[in-house]
Amino acid sequence: MEHLLQFYAIYGSVINFIGINALMALSLNVTLSAGMLSLGNAAFAAIGGYTAGILSLHFKLPYVVSLAGGTFAAGLVGLVIGLPVLRLRGVFLAMATLAFGEMVRLAAVNLNVTGGAEGLTGIPNVTTTWMIYLVLAAAAYFLAVLRRSRLGWGLISIREDETAAGSLGIRITYYKVVAFVIGAMLAGLAGGMYAHLNYLITPRDYGFFIAVDLLIYNIVGGIGVWYGPILGAVMLTALPEVLRGIGVTAGPIRLGINGLILLLVILFLPNGLASLFSRRQRSDAKVEAG
Amino acid sequence: MNRLSIEGVSRNFGGVRALDDVSFVVEPGTIHGLIGPNGAGKTTLINILSGLLPPNTGRMSYKNCDLHRLAVYQMAAIGIARTFQNIRLFPHMTCLENVEAGQHLTSRRSLLPRLLQLPSARREDRQLHERAMQTLDRVGLADKAYYQSRNLSYGERRRLEIARALALNPSLLLLDEPVAGMRQGEASVVADLLRTLCREGTTILLIEHNMSFVMSLCSRITVLDFGRVLTTGSPAEVRACHEVIEAYLGAGVPHHA
Repeated sequence: MEHLLQFYAIYGSVINFIGINALMALSLNVTLSAGMLSLGNAAFAAIGGYTAGILSLHFKLPYVVSLAGGTFAAGLVGLVIGLPVLRLRGVFLAMATLAFGEMVRLAAVNLNVTGGAEGLTGIPNVTTTWMIYLVLAAAAYFLAVLRRSRLGWGLISIREDETAAGSLGIRITYYKVVAFVIGAMLAGLAGGMYAHLNYLITPRDYGFFIAVDLLIYNIVGGIGVWYGPILGAVMLTALPEVLRGIGVTAGPIRLGINGLILLLVILFLPNGLASLFSRRQRSDAKVEAG
Repeated sequence: MNRLSIEGVSRNFGGVRALDDVSFVVEPGTIHGLIGPNGAGKTTLINILSGLLPPNTGRMSYKNCDLHRLAVYQMAAIGIARTFQNIRLFPHMTCLENVEAGQHLTSRRSLLPRLLQLPSARREDRQLHERAMQTLDRVGLADKAYYQSRNLSYGERRRLEIARALALNPSLLLLDEPVAGMRQGEASVVADLLRTLCREGTTILLIEHNMSFVMSLCSRITVLDFGRVLTTGSPAEVRACHEVIEAYLGAGVPHHA
């Protein structure tokens, strides 16, 4: 027990960070499961984080209310952005959401209410480890069940073949918007919890590289199952600490190692690390290779 | 009225007139063939009927609905299902899952009972599962239920696509070359299935180049050539039609030459 407490005292912040990243990765998985490549989820987390932070800091609202406010603000922006943007496919959707992400970041840098480039400071740090993991478990359960629901079947069909999905009576644009909004809300929730973890949030926390990291977590972990993005987030977030533990200062070479892992996964485990645990996906990859 | 009626449908692609004032009627409960040389506009017509392409002019109606006013997903809701010439299955799903995905409109799959793990959700899943199995059995693929669809043979994929369309419980089935690339035995299995469906009241409009298949199966046939209807009639009438023979074999040698 004492060892555990000691471990937590040293690595508590890493453990929290892993949970937040896993939640963010899950938020991107919703849109990825419908074959939509969105790079806007870091921005949705920023909207959730700033909204929740401002509600706590300036309006003195209770934590849960602030989180809900951030979640819904992100969902609302997701709806407004999603309606026009989801007419785009593939790389064009990625570009549009990337531009949206930059707009949000620049707005955060230049607005007074967000505290400019220095960010918002003095947010009460009330998010605890068990809260993060409770929300993560709930989100994972929700997404796992969602896959077996009408919406989930529709989204996977859209990813597989949009034209065929339409001919089966699936309302493509509507389903895409719903998935986009669910993803935005999850990202907003993660952003709100993160803002209440660190006393402060700055525009730097939600830049382009965060959006790309979320994508890498999904690819490394595996898009097809609910635990894939969690696996990816856990592994890649913990990696620098593990490397430090064995005496390698990971700082400057972290990105290189991430890239190497990404390459190896794409080459040898096209369905991600999750396929190591799922016999069906693995045998499937073999059939394709043979 | 349950007949599919097509009135004066035209469609241009740039300067090419793919369909030119096409009119004919598909009577309910019949198998209607749509034939013609390559590039005659058959697939374009099916794409217009299923809402993928808008017509430039013309009207189409089925079950008192103006089809040209409906979105693609609404076509399925009024009972129109289709297959594709270039087979569009869901490649990373098993055969069974492909059919289950086709049950979109004939299932509820509500989220809340599933989140609460209610027995009603499990019951529904079991029923959908069984129904999908029966549908697979109809096309003779029950033994391949757990195969990934992309690992099937060409003919099997065509049959699976028909099964996925049947999962909608359609009243009108649009089939774009249902037996292309099939062996004779496989094609006759499909022919038997289509006859059974027809007896059960399903209306079928199909494109096919396999003439013995079309002639033995269809009660009415429409012939398209360069986007225009050459004739509509029974197989015997079509076979006797002078213009049809010309379109397929070229103009005959004049008698007094």
